[in-house]
Amino acid sequence: MLDQSDSYVTEDGRTIGGVVMEMQNITLRFGGVVAIQDISFDIREGEIRAIIGPNGAGKSSMLNVISGFYIPQEGKVLFRGKERPPMRPYEVAQQGIARTFQNIALFEGMSVLDNVMTGRLNYMKTNMFQQAIWKGKAEKEETENREVVEKIIDFLEIQAIRKTPVSRLPYGLKKRVELARALAAEPKLLLLDEPMAGMNVEEKEDMSRFILDVNDEFGTTIALIEHDMGVVMDLSDRVVVMDYGKKIGDGTPDEVRNNQDVIDAYLGVSHD
Amino acid sequence: MFYREAGDFKVSYQEDSQTFPIKFDRFRYYVVMAVAFGLIPFLINDYWANAILLPFLIYSIAAIGLNILVGYAGQVSLGTGGFMAVGAYACYKLMTAFPEVSMFIHVILAGGITGLVCVLFGLPSLRIKGFYLAVATLAAQFFLVWLFNRVPWFYNYSASGQINAPERDTFGIIITGPNASAWATYLFCLIFLTFCALVARNLTRGTVGRSWMAIRDMDIAAEIIGVNPLKSKLTAFAVSGFFIGVSGALFFAIYLGAVEVGEAFGITKSFLVLFMVIIGGLGSIFGSFAGAAFLVLLPVLLKVVGVDVLGWPTDIVAHFQLVIVGALIMFFLIVEPHGLAQLWRVAKEKLRLWPFPH
Repeated sequence: MLDQSDSYVTEDGRTIGGVVMEMQNITLRFGGVVAIQDISFDIREGEIRAIIGPNGAGKSSMLNVISGFYIPQEGKVLFRGKERPPMRPYEVAQQGIARTFQNIALFEGMSVLDNVMTGRLNYMKTNMFQQAIWKGKAEKEETENREVVEKIIDFLEIQAIRKTPVSRLPYGLKKRVELARALAAEPKLLLLDEPMAGMNVEEKEDMSRFILDVNDEFGTTIALIEHDMGVVMDLSDRVVVMDYGKKIGDGTPDEVRNNQDVIDAYLGVSHD
Repeated sequence: MFYREAGDFKVSYQEDSQTFPIKFDRFRYYVVMAVAFGLIPFLINDYWANAILLPFLIYSIAAIGLNILVGYAGQVSLGTGGFMAVGAYACYKLMTAFPEVSMFIHVILAGGITGLVCVLFGLPSLRIKGFYLAVATLAAQFFLVWLFNRVPWFYNYSASGQINAPERDTFGIIITGPNASAWATYLFCLIFLTFCALVARNLTRGTVGRSWMAIRDMDIAAEIIGVNPLKSKLTAFAVSGFFIGVSGALFFAIYLGAVEVGEAFGITKSFLVLFMVIIGGLGSIFGSFAGAAFLVLLPVLLKVVGVDVLGWPTDIVAHFQLVIVGALIMFFLIVEPHGLAQLWRVAKEKLRLWPFPH
């Protein structure tokens, strides 16, 4: 069994560090509905952690708890070893947690470039008066951040559409732009809510490649929700399985695959 | 032919994010500025100033202000008339209390005061949005007009309840009161418009503008990315209030000279400025100009055609004006819901390819 701060090297040669994010006995209720019941798991530095489960299992709610959108009634969220007090989503973002959404949540009225630039907001320090004058500090800051953004645009191969309004883009590209926006924040922990939903095989391959590259090149820790089992098993280092708000499995893809509870949840179980 | 990007290469990010990235646009902008500052002041007379130029300049400022709030930050406001009244009364109080101070300072301070008032009435936006917010700002409109009517301190206890702009100068040139010359009032308003447009453009192309637009397009996602909704919404109200306050101060001190608050800054004013923004194009600085020009020029044009060309009686023309303006607004919204700015963008895109569309 690994300790909190232990690190190990995976088969493909990546180093997985100590625990970055730890969820301890999280319970989340909406009135009488229990969305998440007493779940604990951790995310280690540099790993790709998948959360899977049938529809309505509470996966997205879990992601919303991590990104500060829901505040759980019970349990603790520990980020980098410290307990995180209840905070607003933008404060969570300032700590270095970025995410994408299940239904694309891009800013439709803005260009791709502007959308990705909003990801840099936490790095923008000039005040409104400097912005109003523009020349000087604001322009310098804009240029510096633009350079970072352009690198990400290159990385995700969306150079050709940088000036296009997002509302004109097809679905697959929008997903990619959303990933770019999240990456622009240079997050320590990146949360992806169904990054491959509604994509064809080719787009899924592209997206998988980008996710692996992000993890590999920037060393970003990634937590993702995905329904495509093939993708999940290929990409992730460890998998959490949820069903009806409870955790029914946790471990490497192989362990999870052979877990009887998981098989029951996915394939059904005969009641005789 | 001449209007195209080909060969116009950008080698730095500054060049790419400038206001007019295309050379021809930039050139046209310089020409417009040269004509506005260097030529028109010498040709202007009282009729042109009062019928067309002053209202255009002043309404443009108001439209830019409202566009920041409605078009960029997505917070609907029906309180523009009330906020203009705040600017006007603040300017009046400052003018009468400190007669020796330059009008520039008065107008800017009036804008600042309006910004603060606007933030105050913008507080409900943190909880409500859309139609409900519109109703909340409507309350601001009625409350502010009522306040300026009922509290005599605001109109210096004058018997008529009106406020009158006393004669004031800046750098020795008279710009308010009956003795002000047309070119001076024109230039004074033009300087403010140029200033406001530049500030609006700088704010909207940078970080502040992007956080406004993020809140407008999807507030939940914006917050998760790191936009502080409180700060972002209230700065939008403050900046918008500043511009609207400046326009209110100019409208009273320079253009009208004497104001009865219910008449000059009533609910119709709120709607007029909102129409300018919608017809011009939400979320576009150019659209604010276009919308203001459209709604200022159209009645003048109709009057010239109706009275001078066709020889109809004035009252019939005045009534027709309302009908035609109303019909045109509907026509525009059906044909191009994104306003004149969008028409302009489409025309530019076509021009870029002309005469070889492929």
